[in-house]
Amino acid sequence: MTQPAASVANSAAPPRPALWKRLLDSRFTPPFFITLILLIGNLSFGILESYQKTLLAIVAAMVTEMALGRIFLGKWPHPASAYITGISVGILLRSPAYWPYALCAALSITSKYALRVKGRHICNPSNFGICALLFLASESVAGLSIQWGNNMVSLIVIWVLGATILWRAKRFLTTATYVISFFLLALLRAHITGDPWLSEVSPITGPEYQLFMFFMITDPKTTLRSWKGQVAVAIAVAVVEMLLRLDQSIYAPLYALFLVGPPALLLEMFFDGRRRRKASPLPTLRPELAQ
Amino acid sequence: MRHGWLGRVILWIIFLAMLATPAVMRRRAAKAAAAEARGGSCQSALARYGFCFTEVSQQAGIHFVHQAPVLDAKLANIMPEVASMGASVSIVDFDRDGWPDIYVTNSATGSKNHLYRNNHDGTFTDVAEQMGVADVNQPGTGVSMGAVWGDYDNDGYEDLFLIKWGRPELFHNDQGRGFTRVTDAGLPQWINANTATWLDYDGDGKLDLFVGGYYPEDVDLWHLQNTRMMPNSFEYANNGGRKYLFHNLGNGHFEEVSAKVGIKSRRWALACAAADLEGSGYPDLFVANDYGVSELYINDHGHFHEAGEQTGVGFAPKSGMNAAFGDIFNQGRYAIYVSNISEEGVLIQGNNLWVPQDGKTLHYENLARDLGVELGGWSFGAQFGDLNNDGTLDLYLENGYISLSKTQSYWYDFSKVAGGNSSIISDAAHWPAFDGRSLSGYQEKKVWINDGAGKFNDVAQAVGVTDRYDGRSVALADLWNTGALDAVVANQRGPLLIYKNTVAPGNAWIEFALEGTKSNRSAIGAQVTLYWNGQQQVQSVMGGSGFASENDRRLHFGLGKNPKIEKAVIRWPSGAVQTLENLTPDRFVTVKEPQ
Repeated sequence: MTQPAASVANSAAPPRPALWKRLLDSRFTPPFFITLILLIGNLSFGILESYQKTLLAIVAAMVTEMALGRIFLGKWPHPASAYITGISVGILLRSPAYWPYALCAALSITSKYALRVKGRHICNPSNFGICALLFLASESVAGLSIQWGNNMVSLIVIWVLGATILWRAKRFLTTATYVISFFLLALLRAHITGDPWLSEVSPITGPEYQLFMFFMITDPKTTLRSWKGQVAVAIAVAVVEMLLRLDQSIYAPLYALFLVGPPALLLEMFFDGRRRRKASPLPTLRPELAQ
Repeated sequence: MRHGWLGRVILWIIFLAMLATPAVMRRRAAKAAAAEARGGSCQSALARYGFCFTEVSQQAGIHFVHQAPVLDAKLANIMPEVASMGASVSIVDFDRDGWPDIYVTNSATGSKNHLYRNNHDGTFTDVAEQMGVADVNQPGTGVSMGAVWGDYDNDGYEDLFLIKWGRPELFHNDQGRGFTRVTDAGLPQWINANTATWLDYDGDGKLDLFVGGYYPEDVDLWHLQNTRMMPNSFEYANNGGRKYLFHNLGNGHFEEVSAKVGIKSRRWALACAAADLEGSGYPDLFVANDYGVSELYINDHGHFHEAGEQTGVGFAPKSGMNAAFGDIFNQGRYAIYVSNISEEGVLIQGNNLWVPQDGKTLHYENLARDLGVELGGWSFGAQFGDLNNDGTLDLYLENGYISLSKTQSYWYDFSKVAGGNSSIISDAAHWPAFDGRSLSGYQEKKVWINDGAGKFNDVAQAVGVTDRYDGRSVALADLWNTGALDAVVANQRGPLLIYKNTVAPGNAWIEFALEGTKSNRSAIGAQVTLYWNGQQQVQSVMGGSGFASENDRRLHFGLGKNPKIEKAVIRWPSGAVQTLENLTPDRFVTVKEPQ
């Protein structure tokens, strides 16, 4: 009996990895890490206003992702991305009300589908959602304002863990560049404002920045592909952040990424397209839709 | 993307609708707020809410303006922040004439505290100098932060404990004719405290004293060795002042027993209150801490165990600045109100209203949001009291931290440092200069009236509480014996305000003045449960509550219209239970503990 072509093709394909290997899929590493941070943070320091609000954000993100992915991409998307978005919203957003958590998570995911250029979403979803809420609903929400044991030991542990994960995910360079830029620009800010240098350094030692530089700025879907591009964007984010800080913007890093990220991606797409057109006279195929 | 242009259009409509949602929510909230009258006359407030306040300090002859401390010049960059407390008010009938008097603290070195004697005619006279409790902020002795009154020697006259950043002071009340500083009471040389309360923790009939340190006691804020005296965390600070429990030995001396009875904490205490929360017959102690979680010390017959986390009140760290107890649902149990910080777009901690849950063990749930008392501002003192005598407890909250520039804010710099590593935040030298900026300044106050159905509504502007000073301490008292609770407000670097309460006719009230015999004579810790019209409300005589304040010793119950009082059950600190029947409304009831 002859097998259909598809089956023949399948039989030629490498065998599917075992379940435990699939569970160790690198896409699960960041969700695992962020969940760990969340649980340790909340069990040790009570960082969450409530589990319900975080859960609401996660559920809202995942439901929106599933619905929009099914409707607009014709498939069930991998849940890891939406999970991270939801949990990021749950941690980074502070509000006494419930609705901002649901709205922010849903808005973040919807931005992935609405704000697309050439099939690629151009805004970091949670960054977009949180910035939108901070900007549009400032009377109802605030950013993360908690600490998790702000001593040197916990700081070092989080940084080492974060750096290890980023090294594995090949995004360490982005964070390292951003951190170095931040410290140098803190010197410049201190010189301009006359404030103590350590007061300018202080924000990066807090949890908001740890989440920002380990999870948000390194999002593979919304960062540039080339290492040079990643370095340039990290520097640009730090520079824009400095300008916003000079204007006393409390959420300067989030807004800086919001302002720098999308134009950087558009530039990369533009130059990629031009390069491809030069390399091949044939019309380029539309790239695979990213999630 | 599938579904072509139609799909895209639908997607964008959804997307834009989401972006517009905050505006819709804001509009809804604004509409709800507008539904509450803003401003308006006393007449309209009386008609609508059943009461109104009139600020009468000048007519009452009170012209007090608080002066803030000026600390070591090394703190000049953040002086407005570190010198942001000290305005306090406590109510006492120091001369036993049946009319509440007012004691207010001043906080500049060399400034004087004031004791306003009630003239029974709507006016007050400052007698602090004459009584010997004015000149208490002399150089080298620190400055006043608050005062609590209790009859520690059971001679029938309320004595004064002065809470200071500096040398704590105990003044014996010489039968209402003057005060004598007690020099050999066994108090430490120096405490940097903002809170204290009298309580009889072991039920021996003698008042003991709890004092909660804020800055460490080895810090002299006028002669700093270095600038590393700030909290080491905004939320987990454990480098504050120690706690003291002074056990009254009965001979004019006190023994410090905090460690012995299980109170060991170096959190930054800002407020405390004591009442029998668990129903054991012994007063439990609640401590609201700045830069951290609250603590609830459950009293096991004279020995305490800290049960903040276990009971739910001590898990999420905030900036606790108030501790007030009130039976808000008329169910015979106290809810606890803790004030924190909320600043639009920056920091929304929300105040906590810890409501006891049903069950065998004591456990609280924060219902501040559900009941509508979560958002105040940079909140400080708050007190429960039935302001319109409708039979349910209302809530008066002070807000506003530092009002300087009207256009420039310190919030950016504050948030920059406050979230940082302990080595940065704990050193005042690392904090940017204030430069005349405000930090949550010029804020409105909240007067939340309890609708009896699970909601509180803010009517402050409508009922006449319109000041924007930096409110710290509020005390409630029936200053003119009219059956209505007036509010006395101490403002940092601002005037003392007297809000005289006018209550619409129709709602009845009753007030109890208790005197212990076997129990401490101030009756602190005595609990009155009043039963009327098929409902009950419990109140306790307290030796300090709110923020740096003490209410009228008398317990005031609003009763609503046409009340039929069934009984009042008094549980004295000695354990004796007394039942009063045949009570009639609109009366002051004086009760002496049965021998």
